[in-house]
Amino acid sequence: MSEASLESKKMRRIAVDPVSRVEGHGKITLLMDEENHIHEARLHIVEFRGFEKFIQGRPYREVPYFVQRLCGICPVSHHLAAAKAVDQLVGVDDLTPTSLKLRQLLHFGQTMQSHALHFFHLSSPDLLFGFGSDMKHRNIVGVIEDYPEIAIQGVKIRKYGQQVIAAIAGKRIHGAATVPGGMNKPLTINERDALLVDIADVIRWSQDAVALNETIHCSDQEHRDFGTLRTPFMSLVDPSGNLEMYHGGLRVRMADGAALVDQFDYRGYTELVREEIRPWSYMKFPYLQSLGKEQGWYRVGPLARVNNCDAITTPLAESARQRFKSLGGGAFVQDTLAYHWARMIEVLHCAESIERLLHDPEILGTDLQAPLGEKRSEGIGVIEAPRGTLFHHYKIDEDGLIEKANLIVSTTSNNQAMNESVRTVANQYIEGNEVTEGLLNHLEVAVRAYDPCLSCATHALGKMPLEVELVGIDGQVIDAVRKGSDGSFDRIG
Amino acid sequence: MRNPKVRVATTSLAGCFGCHMSFLDMDERIVALLEQVEFNRSPLTDIKHCDPCDIGLVEGGLCNVDNVHVLREFRQNCKILIAVGACAINGGVPAMRNHYSLQSCLEEAFLNEIGVDNPMIPNDEALPLLLDKVHPLHEVVHVDYYLPGCPPPADAFVKILTDLLEGREPSIPAEILHYD
Ligand code: SF4
Repeated sequence: MSEASLESKKMRRIAVDPVSRVEGHGKITLLMDEENHIHEARLHIVEFRGFEKFIQGRPYREVPYFVQRLCGICPVSHHLAAAKAVDQLVGVDDLTPTSLKLRQLLHFGQTMQSHALHFFHLSSPDLLFGFGSDMKHRNIVGVIEDYPEIAIQGVKIRKYGQQVIAAIAGKRIHGAATVPGGMNKPLTINERDALLVDIADVIRWSQDAVALNETIHCSDQEHRDFGTLRTPFMSLVDPSGNLEMYHGGLRVRMADGAALVDQFDYRGYTELVREEIRPWSYMKFPYLQSLGKEQGWYRVGPLARVNNCDAITTPLAESARQRFKSLGGGAFVQDTLAYHWARMIEVLHCAESIERLLHDPEILGTDLQAPLGEKRSEGIGVIEAPRGTLFHHYKIDEDGLIEKANLIVSTTSNNQAMNESVRTVANQYIEGNEVTEGLLNHLEVAVRAYDPCLSCATHALGKMPLEVELVGIDGQVIDAVRKGSDGSFDRIG
Repeated sequence: MRNPKVRVATTSLAGCFGCHMSFLDMDERIVALLEQVEFNRSPLTDIKHCDPCDIGLVEGGLCNVDNVHVLREFRQNCKILIAVGACAINGGVPAMRNHYSLQSCLEEAFLNEIGVDNPMIPNDEALPLLLDKVHPLHEVVHVDYYLPGCPPPADAFVKILTDLLEGREPSIPAEILHYD
C-alpha cells in the first residue's frame, strides 16, 4: 500500500499494489479526499507484452506454441484456441473423432486444474477465514493448517487435472498437444488406465467442493450482495443449448434473461463485439456493439456459462446446476461471489466428463490427422477458457506467415464488470472509513471472484515510453526510457 | 527451541506465471516443505513487500520499471536470489519484442488492432513505464543460482530448495534438468 498526496485537490491516491492471490500483475487505486470520500476506484492492468507485433512474420504452425506462453495458468486454452484457428488455415473443419475427444479431454483437465487452483490456493482463504481476517494467516498455508482436508483435496484435484494434461501434451505446462488438423500423439492404454485409478475420488472431492461453496454462499446474505451487478452474460453453448467448453455457438442473454443472440457463429465476432481503450489501463474494454458502449458490457466465465446454459450433460453437475438456479428462482443468479460456486459446478462437470471420455473406446484411437484441405488466409478460434470466452484471430500471407493477430482474452471481457464490482465494494465498505488492510482486501476479494488472469491480459498492454535509465550491476546504463509529456518522472537506481 | 523456518519470497515479473504453477506442481509435497519453509512476499500471500528473507525465487524478466523495483527489493532482502525459468534467465518469449521498437509494438496493439473504437495508447500515471527492451535479471542485479526450463519441472524446485535447506551446494541431476 502506498499513498501519494495529490496536492491540488487535497486528494490522495491509495494503491493496492500488487493485487495478490490472482494470476498475473494488476493494481487497484482509490482516489480519496480528506473525509475519506471515494472519487474514483479502478483496477489497472500494468504489463505489456507486444504479442500482436512479434508474432508477425512467424509461421502459423508455431502460433499454438507461442501463445501458451502468454499464460502459464491456462496455457492449454490459448494452445487450443490457436489450434482451432490453425485448423481453419489448413482447410480442416472436422477433426477425426479421436482427435476431437483428445482435445476435449485435454480441455477438461485444464479447466479442472485452473478452477481448483483458483478456489483452493487463491480464494478459499477469504471465504473460509473472512475478508478482513488476519493477513498473515489469510493464504493457502493457513488453509492447510486449519482445514487440512479441504486443502489437500484441492491440491489433489488440481494435480489430477495436471496429470490429464501431461498424459496428452507430454508435460504439465507448455506441452505439445496439437498439430494443424489433429493431435500430436495418441493416448496409450497405460496412460488411460493410470488416469482411471483416481477418477472416482476426484468426482467425490469435486462434489464436496460444490457443497462447500453452496454452503458458504447461501449462509450469508453479505456474500450474496457483495459486488453484485446486473449484466448480460456471454458463453458458448452446444447445438442443444447445453454447457459447452470446447466448441459451440455463441449465446448472449440480457440481465433479465432475454436472448440477444443464440447459436451465433463466432467467426463473425467482430460484428458482435467491439473494444474501447481507456488511458488508465492496458486492458481494453469490450462491449456488445448492438447495445453500445455505455450499456453493452457483459460478463463471461463460470457464472455466465452456468446461468446461460439450458442444461449440463453430466448428471451430478446438472443436479448441482439446478440447485444453483433455484437460488435465482428461475432468473439469472447475478451474485458476483457465486462465481466461485459456479466454478466448482464446472469442476464437477469436468470430472464426470473426464470419466466418460476415459471409458470411451475411441479415446484410444490412433487416427489423429484429418486430411488437409485448401489453405485459407484467415482463421478464428474460440473456446470457453476457464475464465470465459476466448477469441483468437489470425491472418496469414501466401507463405503461411502471420500477418495479423487479434486476441480477446477472457479476462478482458470482464474488465468493465471487475471495475464496477470494485467500485461497488469501495462505496459499500470503504467510503467514509479509515482505510485498513482488511478493508482493502475486500476490493481484492471482489476482483478475485472473477478469477482474472492478468497474465493473459498483458498480451496487448502498453504505454508511451518515458525516460528512465536502467543501470546494470557494473554501473553502466543498459537501457533508457523516455518520458513523453506530463506526469511523474520515475528514475531507477 | 525449534529453529525458525527458512523464509522464502517469490514473485513473477515479465513472466507467464507458469513457473509459479510448476512450483505448485510439487502437489502434496508442499505440506512437508511447509514444515521447514514459510512464505513471505509471494503471489500466494497478501504480503506486498519483502521482509528480510533467506531465499528469493524470481520468475520472468524485466519489461517495465515496476519489475526493476521489485527485483531490487528482492535482491536487497534475499540472501540467496534464484532466477527461475527461461524468461528470468534470458528474457524468454516476452523478449521477442526486442526485435521491434517498443513504439511499433504499442501501435500494433492499440492503433492498428481489429475492432477497436478509439485508437490511442494508454498513458495514465498509474501505469508503470515500459523499458525499451526486455532484460534478463542478471543484467541488473547479481543472481546466485539459475534454474532453467520453461517452466523448470516441479522436481527441480524441490531439489534446489532441499539442497539449500540442507546446506548443500545445489545440483540438479540431468533427468530433471529441462530447457524446454
Ligand atoms: S520461463 Fe516459461 S513458464 Fe516460466 S514464466 Fe517464462 S514462459 Fe512462463
